Amino acid sequence: MMSPEKAVVEVKGLEKSYGSVKALRGIDFSVPAGSVLGFLGPNGAGKTTAIKILTGYLAADAGTVEVCGMPVTTASLEVKRRVGYLPENNPVYLDMRVEDFLKFTARAFHLSGAQAKASIERAVMQTGLQEVFRRNISECSKGFRQRVGLAQALLHDPDLLILDEPTNGLDPLQVVEMRALIRDLGRTKTIIITSHVLPEIEALANRVVLIHQGRKVADGPMASIACNGGGACIARLTIGATEDQLITLLEDADAMLLEDRPAPFEEDGMQSVLVEVDSCDGLARIAKGAAEAELDLFELAPQSGTLESLFQNLPPGGAA
Amino acid sequence: MRSLLIARREFFATFDAPTGYVILAMFSALAAALFFLTGPFFALDEASLRPFFANMPWLLVMLAPAITMRLWAEERRSGTEELLLTYPFRLRELVVGKFLGAWAVLALALVFTLAVPITAASLGDLDWGPVIGGYLSVLLLGGASLAIGLFLSACTDNQIVAWLLGAVVLLTFNLIGIAATAEAIPPALGRLFLALDFGIHFHAITRGVIDLGNVAFYLGVTAFFLCANGIVLERRRWA
Repeated sequence: MMSPEKAVVEVKGLEKSYGSVKALRGIDFSVPAGSVLGFLGPNGAGKTTAIKILTGYLAADAGTVEVCGMPVTTASLEVKRRVGYLPENNPVYLDMRVEDFLKFTARAFHLSGAQAKASIERAVMQTGLQEVFRRNISECSKGFRQRVGLAQALLHDPDLLILDEPTNGLDPLQVVEMRALIRDLGRTKTIIITSHVLPEIEALANRVVLIHQGRKVADGPMASIACNGGGACIARLTIGATEDQLITLLEDADAMLLEDRPAPFEEDGMQSVLVEVDSCDGLARIAKGAAEAELDLFELAPQSGTLESLFQNLPPGGAA
Repeated sequence: MRSLLIARREFFATFDAPTGYVILAMFSALAAALFFLTGPFFALDEASLRPFFANMPWLLVMLAPAITMRLWAEERRSGTEELLLTYPFRLRELVVGKFLGAWAVLALALVFTLAVPITAASLGDLDWGPVIGGYLSVLLLGGASLAIGLFLSACTDNQIVAWLLGAVVLLTFNLIGIAATAEAIPPALGRLFLALDFGIHFHAITRGVIDLGNVAFYLGVTAFFLCANGIVLERRRWA
């Protein structure tokens, strides 16, 4: 396992073209150990290309990629041993039984004997594959196939788990199950998860890299991205204050109330309202103002949907 | 050896679909039928398997691409190629593994044809030396044919296209010696055609003469196309 202070992934100046089409135009980002990075962007933004370079499947035209301190270009085999990868559309050998596929994967990752058996048992437990363990993969539901894909990625206890659109094609119930599984894994592993589904990234990631037309347009903690990247930020404010105190606070902080008027006072004097500020600094101003006025601040949280405004603010253009 | 892990998977994967059994059944049935029903076996007053082995290059034109057509093309079509190429295997381990898996299928197909020499031996006094030499030369010729088929399978994501390309290229390698005698062909090119003709090398070995030059020819063709296969996969990373 990597020590928490080190970056598991360091990407610098990554470029890749397919013929005359530039898919990546010099991307830099890093993934700290223990974080769940949401790799976000519209379809065709270059997410999957970047992921394929990270895993060694594609070669970059320019730039460097280091995984666990090792360059992907020169230490490809060692890097591959440290990475667990669930590719987009979850390709698995449908002709094999779940058990045989996992045994094959274990041996591919140099696990054998008791070590392989223990790894398979752990991955099966983590992904809940017990009931289909001896079944042909072709006979499994899409949700279970996705779990098989995740199990093969987890089998060798990788330092870095890369999940490319892991909930693609799943029904809503399966999406909920898969997210719960990934959230659980995120407690102990460094994960990169790509998606163009905003709620998915909001639900799973604590850091976000947003790319568009092959360029990075935002990078940082989720809350900061949601504010800075899209400009305006919507937040839920729950505070112990009178209506006048609240309005004064918001005016001083240059914030706007998004409701016609605050909800009627609760008996305990709490108010919960949606406010909009021009940037993350606006949130800081609200917090500071509340402290100065000695108001009880219970919640000041950027709301889901802010990434949506970030997407909407992206410049128009075709796939990169 | 890491290649054996891939070889084992490919060998068993061949028989996960009915295609594998159909290929085996057709090959052994055709080999026997062509020998006993259309060949001169009963007209000759000796137990000789020379006509049996003479048919092998033509049977391999169909069989070898049928075994290899799936190996890369299906991986690409289904996306499992990405999985395989991001596992910690060297490219050469993957290519050699797939080749060995296909070669094992061919060897199994040849085992099923053993009924032919056993039958011939029961009917007359069969000299087993040329039979063993014949089988070894089929394995050598088959190896070269499989390497060509595997290379062509890596060039497409369509199994049918892979089979057709394989059959056409193998047919060319089996007929190229005939072109050498055409008047329009310069002598130097004619000699090259003769040197590349699969059948000429094959029949030299089946006559019972294990000439190292002929063995080296098949091993060289096999190695050349396996390397070409690796280059195709590596170049795709840079596409």
